[in-house]
Amino acid sequence: MRLLIAAVAGLALAVSVKGKPADINDSAIVSPEFPASLAAYGFFAGGADKPSPALLPYALRTPLFTDYAEKQRFLYLPPGEKFGVGADGRLQFPLGSALIKSFGYHDASGKLNIIETRLLLHRAEGWVALPYVWNADGSDAVLKVGGARKPVEFSKPDGTKMVISYSVPNKNQCKQCHSTKDSVMPVGPVWQNLSFANAKARLAFEARGAGPSKLAALEAKWDDPNSGALEARALAYLRVNCGHCHKPTGSASNSGLFYDDHERNPAALGIGKRPVAAGRGSGNFDFVIEPGHPERSILIFRIKSTDPGIAMPELGRATAHDEGVALLEAWIKSLPTS
Amino acid sequence: MRMRDKGVYAIAAVSLAFASSTAFAKTISVAAGDDAQARLQEALIGAAPGDVVELGSGRFKLTDGLSLDVPKVTVRGQGSGQTILDFTGQLGAGEGFLVTSDDVVLRDFAVENTKGDGIKSKGADRIVYYQLRVEWTGGPKETNGAYGIYPVESQDVLVDSVLVRGASDAGIYVGQSRNIVVRNSVALENVAGIEIENSYDADVHDNLATRNTGGILVFDLPNLLQMGGKNVRIFENVVVDNSTPNFAPKGNIVANVPTGTGVMVMANRNVHVFDNMLGQNGTTNVMVVGYRYPQTDPKYDPIARGVAIWGNQHDKAGWDPKFPGSQQIAQALGGSLPPIFWDGAGGDDAKPVVADPVPAISLGLADLKASPESAQPVMLQNSANLPQELPRIRLPESMEEAVR
Repeated sequence: MRLLIAAVAGLALAVSVKGKPADINDSAIVSPEFPASLAAYGFFAGGADKPSPALLPYALRTPLFTDYAEKQRFLYLPPGEKFGVGADGRLQFPLGSALIKSFGYHDASGKLNIIETRLLLHRAEGWVALPYVWNADGSDAVLKVGGARKPVEFSKPDGTKMVISYSVPNKNQCKQCHSTKDSVMPVGPVWQNLSFANAKARLAFEARGAGPSKLAALEAKWDDPNSGALEARALAYLRVNCGHCHKPTGSASNSGLFYDDHERNPAALGIGKRPVAAGRGSGNFDFVIEPGHPERSILIFRIKSTDPGIAMPELGRATAHDEGVALLEAWIKSLPTS
Repeated sequence: MRMRDKGVYAIAAVSLAFASSTAFAKTISVAAGDDAQARLQEALIGAAPGDVVELGSGRFKLTDGLSLDVPKVTVRGQGSGQTILDFTGQLGAGEGFLVTSDDVVLRDFAVENTKGDGIKSKGADRIVYYQLRVEWTGGPKETNGAYGIYPVESQDVLVDSVLVRGASDAGIYVGQSRNIVVRNSVALENVAGIEIENSYDADVHDNLATRNTGGILVFDLPNLLQMGGKNVRIFENVVVDNSTPNFAPKGNIVANVPTGTGVMVMANRNVHVFDNMLGQNGTTNVMVVGYRYPQTDPKYDPIARGVAIWGNQHDKAGWDPKFPGSQQIAQALGGSLPPIFWDGAGGDDAKPVVADPVPAISLGLADLKASPESAQPVMLQNSANLPQELPRIRLPESMEEAVR
């Protein structure tokens, strides 16, 4: 195994000599170490706002909610390498790829302060997830495998001022959401859900991939009524915000409640389904989703709550996502009561 | 190869295996005190297979869930009265301690006042829980977390010599697992003391379940990945005075467990209840029922089948039954329910075999849609025709070794 890793590292190094921006350290991505500082990779040139030109920025039409944090996402592919797209639209990345995601908040002056950057590194032994927390001066970020908490102030879209204890996940918590059959896997990059700040970013991204031969239709965008019907938008929101754990191969498999790509059986969606291990998460209600009655649906009760024994999703939820709650309430209200 | 060579190779192989598993094994000590959350979590992440994470005496004040994802790690405290993981100030995560790796041993510490579940292990094969205490220290409250000790989706589970108090669902809950032993433990003032759910092959023995709402439950629920719960032996337990009014949040299945239930079997197959001491349970000592809620899962069997009850000692039971319609049934029977009853779900084919020398009845509710108010109680005949005994559960030797 070590030999293989060395070989892979050597290969990456050999390629890197040939022609790529010299700033990315490919061996830091693939070697089995956990660099203590983010600078070791060369993804950022001395600040979260200075990404390397080798990084491909992208966004998601329907993103995962994390306490209203601003997120910046980048893909790094080793020189000459391309991504593929599976039949379900999931992007497939070669060894040596990295997914880089920064989280932060705008201050009163509008400046974006990045708190942390999370990495998913595709190594020979599989994907590895690592959280880095930026220093006070914003020059570099340090590895915090045990996670961290940071006091954060921000304003919600409706102007409400919030003061929360922002949670940087520990390395295991990274895996909790990024787990498929007990292995770490990327969650976000799905072809139908990708979006880009501008045409240039799109072209740069698409130039590095073998796109699907049959282009999948764009998925409904959760907050854009023109992009799809209410149900399609609600299911897109559920897939992105819940489906990474609530799938038969995910952390919440034992719940029997599934919001992943293709699950559309009413009981598995929670419609008329009684809870299994909800505890006080039940909120004294009988069903995960009671059609026509969001106010009696456990799903709504849990996504509105910020109590750790109740709140869903379990991580990154010191705040409720008012707009997401409103979407799911409208959908449940629209379901026929039979 | 000559014998002698073989011997040499065997010795070499053994020592190599020994070296690879233990040569670098180390003990990582973590003391209580400032920054316990980060120090302990980093130790759990930094541990290598074979390592021991040794928790010092004192109170670890934690703000988030802890988790372990490294196999073959032992987490050991100084005793369940000395090493306390205190989650009173917990801000995040659905449980206090989460284990997701195989061959883990948790022993000799306590977990207090988690916001959700106490200790959960998921997909963690050969997990050992030993000499632990999981407690909500304010006693029974609806605001307590759901499960105390919560292994799920695991092969080979041992829960031995633990104490769980105050869980608003089940104190010791084993779900969607197989090959399970729960023994020598105390379940006190939980809604369900011990619950085996959607699981195969379990021995529950030498436990004390008291002052819960229901003492020991064996359930099977629909719409889950593993269904068809079967082969459970409940023996040599003391299941007495399960009298705490049901404090589960409504909506949870255990919120419908009648206060005063000793042993309850719902929709399982091959459950043998024998040689227990049962008594002072106001609803009944042993209840066998079908899953009586509407459901349409084609892969699910809502009927309890192959239940056998023998050799138990029964003290007073059934004087204050607490399910809808039960008071009328009790009146019709002269004031109380018998110590054993079956709802009749599934009809004669599903009839439990009862050999205890106490009255037992069927409520005659063969149709799952029939309400308890329409019960037509009839006596269940005692039978000496016991089914073949289920084999004893054997766990891998490494697990027994861990608690020896």
